[in-house]
Amino acid sequence: MSVVDSTVQGRALIELDQVSRTFKVPGGTITAVDGVSLAIGAGEAICIVGESGCGKTTTGRMLAGILRPTSGRLLYEGQDVWRKKGHDLSVFRRAVQLVHQDPYASLNPTRTVFQTLSAPIFRHKQARGVRDATNRVRHLLEVVGLTPPDDFLVKYPHQLSGGQRQRVAIARALTVDPRVIVADEAVSMVDVSIRISLLNLLLGLRTEMGVSIVLITHDLAVARYFGRDGRIGVMYLGRMVELARSETLVSDPAHPYSAALIAAIPEADPRITRSKDRVELRTAEVPSLLALPPGCTFHPRCPLAEVGLCDVKIPQLLSLPDETPREVACHVAIRERQPAAELLA
Amino acid sequence: MTPILSVRDLSIDYRTRRGPVHAVRDVSFDMEKGETVAIIGESGSGKTTLAISLIRLSPRSARITKGQILFTGDSGTVDIRTLPEDELRQFRWSECAMVFQAALNSFNPVINIWEQFGDTARAHGLKDSKAVHARAEELLDLVRLDPRRVLRSYPHELSGGTKQRVLIALSLLLKPQLIILDEPTTALDILTQRSIIDLLGQLKKTLGFSMIFISHDLSIAAELADRMITMYAGTVVERASVTDLFYRPRHPYSVGLLRAVPRVSGAMGAVASIPGSPPDLIRLPPGCTYVPRCPLAIAACSDREPDLVPVDTPHHDARCIRWKVVAEQVGTAEVAVAEKIATA
Repeated sequence: MSVVDSTVQGRALIELDQVSRTFKVPGGTITAVDGVSLAIGAGEAICIVGESGCGKTTTGRMLAGILRPTSGRLLYEGQDVWRKKGHDLSVFRRAVQLVHQDPYASLNPTRTVFQTLSAPIFRHKQARGVRDATNRVRHLLEVVGLTPPDDFLVKYPHQLSGGQRQRVAIARALTVDPRVIVADEAVSMVDVSIRISLLNLLLGLRTEMGVSIVLITHDLAVARYFGRDGRIGVMYLGRMVELARSETLVSDPAHPYSAALIAAIPEADPRITRSKDRVELRTAEVPSLLALPPGCTFHPRCPLAEVGLCDVKIPQLLSLPDETPREVACHVAIRERQPAAELLA
Repeated sequence: MTPILSVRDLSIDYRTRRGPVHAVRDVSFDMEKGETVAIIGESGSGKTTLAISLIRLSPRSARITKGQILFTGDSGTVDIRTLPEDELRQFRWSECAMVFQAALNSFNPVINIWEQFGDTARAHGLKDSKAVHARAEELLDLVRLDPRRVLRSYPHELSGGTKQRVLIALSLLLKPQLIILDEPTTALDILTQRSIIDLLGQLKKTLGFSMIFISHDLSIAAELADRMITMYAGTVVERASVTDLFYRPRHPYSVGLLRAVPRVSGAMGAVASIPGSPPDLIRLPPGCTYVPRCPLAIAACSDREPDLVPVDTPHHDARCIRWKVVAEQVGTAEVAVAEKIATA
C-alpha cells in the first residue's frame, strides 16, 4: 500500500509497514494507531497532521524506534528494525533522532549547553578529547544559529528563550549525524514570531545535510510552509486518511475530514477569513477511542457519508486517479474519482 | 458616547530581585460599547499583565505605578485602580468577567460544574439556588452544551473544548458588559477552535457585550476583532481598526508579526520570522525599544522613545517615526502584507 513519493529517488530510507499500536487504558484497550503505512525517502520533508488523539505522536514515536508497534514493521534501509541487534541497532539509534515538543522539559536544567551537547559526542566516541568535542559543539551551535557559539556554551537552559532552547534540542539531535529527524510539535510552544526561523532551520538541515525530516504538527499552515516541496499525511482516530503533496492537499483536499479542517482554519487576513466557505459536519462530537464507530471512523461526522457503505466497510488508503499522485481513504471520493473538496462544493 | 473602557497612561511594574520589571508602560486606549478589541504581541509584550490588571487580578508582585482604568457602566464611571475591595468584588463578574485559557486550571477540580456555578453565584450574593440553576441551564444551552450532562460532570471529565464553553457560560452568569478573554482558543484542536470562534461571534451578536481578547494568534483577531492593539516591550506601538492593521500597518513590529504567520489559503507570501528577541524589561534600550530588531531603524530612532502619533488613516496611531516609510512599503490596497512584500 505504501507509495513512495515520485520525488524520492530509489527506495525508502525509513518505512512504516502496516503498523498498529494499542494501549491498555482504564476501561479497555485503545488502538492509537491502526494499520498505518508510510515510506519516507532520504532527504524528504514530510508532515503528519491531525488533531489530538489522532495517533500522530504515537506514529512519530514508532518511526523513531522508541515505541514498538503491536503489529506491523518498522523498516530502516529495508531491514526490520525490531529484529536488529548490537551494532546494527546502535547504527539505527544514531540515524534516527527525535526532537520533542517542549524545550522546557527536554533539556536537563542542571547542565550547561556544552554539557548537554558534548555528552552524546563522548558517548558515541565522536571526539578525541575535550578540545575536539568543544570544536564540534561550537560548530553545531553555528549550524543551529546560536552565534557567537562561545556565548552559549556555558549557559543553562533557564538562561535561554524558548526558541533558543529548541535550537539546542535540535543541535543535540545533530550530535550523532542523524539521517532522519522526527520533530514532534517542535515549533508549537515557541512564539509565533520565531516559528518560521525554526522551520527554516529544519528545512536547511534537509537541503544542506540531506536529513529526512518528519514534522508532526496540529497546525496545517505550519505543515504547508514546511512541506511545500514534500507531502502531508492527515491522520484521524489512528488511521492515515489522506497522503498527498502539500499544495494539492491544502488547495484541493481529497478526504472530507481534510476538507473540514482546512475550511475551519482561521486565516491571518480579515477579508479571506471572514468569507471562507465552511464544511458543516454532522456532529461536533469526536468518537471515543474506546468505542470507535464501525466502517470509516469519520462517518458519524461526515457530510458525504452513505448508509450501508461508510458505516460498514473500512476504507483503504487508495490512489485517487488525478494529475498529482495522492492517496485517500474515502469510499465516496474513490468511487466518484473526485476529491471531497469538489464533492462538497 | 462615553467609551465603556478608557485606559489612561497605565504603567505596571513587577518587583524582582534584579529590580523593577516595567511590564506595562504608559498604555492608553479607549473602547466603545459593543466593540471587540484584540491585543496582540509576543510573550513578554505585557498583554496579559495589562488584561488582568483591568480587573485587578494581578499577582502581589505587580504594582500599578501610574494611570487610570475608567469603566463606564449603567451606574456611572469608576476608576478600577482606586475602587475599594468590596466594590471591586461587585465589579468583577457583574460588570466585567475574565475567561482564562481552558488548558490552565480555571476550575476547582473537586467540585462539579453545577457547584462551580453555585459558588460563583453565592460569592456575588445570589442566594436563590433555583434561579441560579435555571440561569446555568440557560447559559449552557446558549453555548450549545447539554446542561443535564454537563452540570453533573467534574472538570476532568470534560474535553478542552467543552471546558472552554463552560468557562464562557460561567463568565456570562452575572450578565457582564465587558468580557476579557486570555488566549481563548490556544491549545484547542482546529475544529474545536473554529466552534469557539463562531460561538463568541454569535454570543456577541445576541448579547451585545464588549470583548477584549488577548492572543498571540493573529488569525483569531482577523476573525473577531473590530479594533487592534499591538503591544511591544510593555507599550502600545500601534492602535488601528482590524482592516487597517492587517492591510495598512504602520509600525514595523506589526508588519513583522503579520509576516511571521504562514497561511493555508491563498498565496504563501514572504513568510519570515522577526530576528532577535524582545528586550530586557528591566534595562530597556534607549529610544525606540524595537530598534535592535527593526529593519527600518535609523540613528534618530535611538534618540528618544517615539510618541504614539496619528498616521494617514483615521483613528490609527503608531509609535514610529518612520511610519511613512512603512506605508510606502506596504501600500494601501487590501492585499495581505506578506503577499505584497513577496510580489514587490
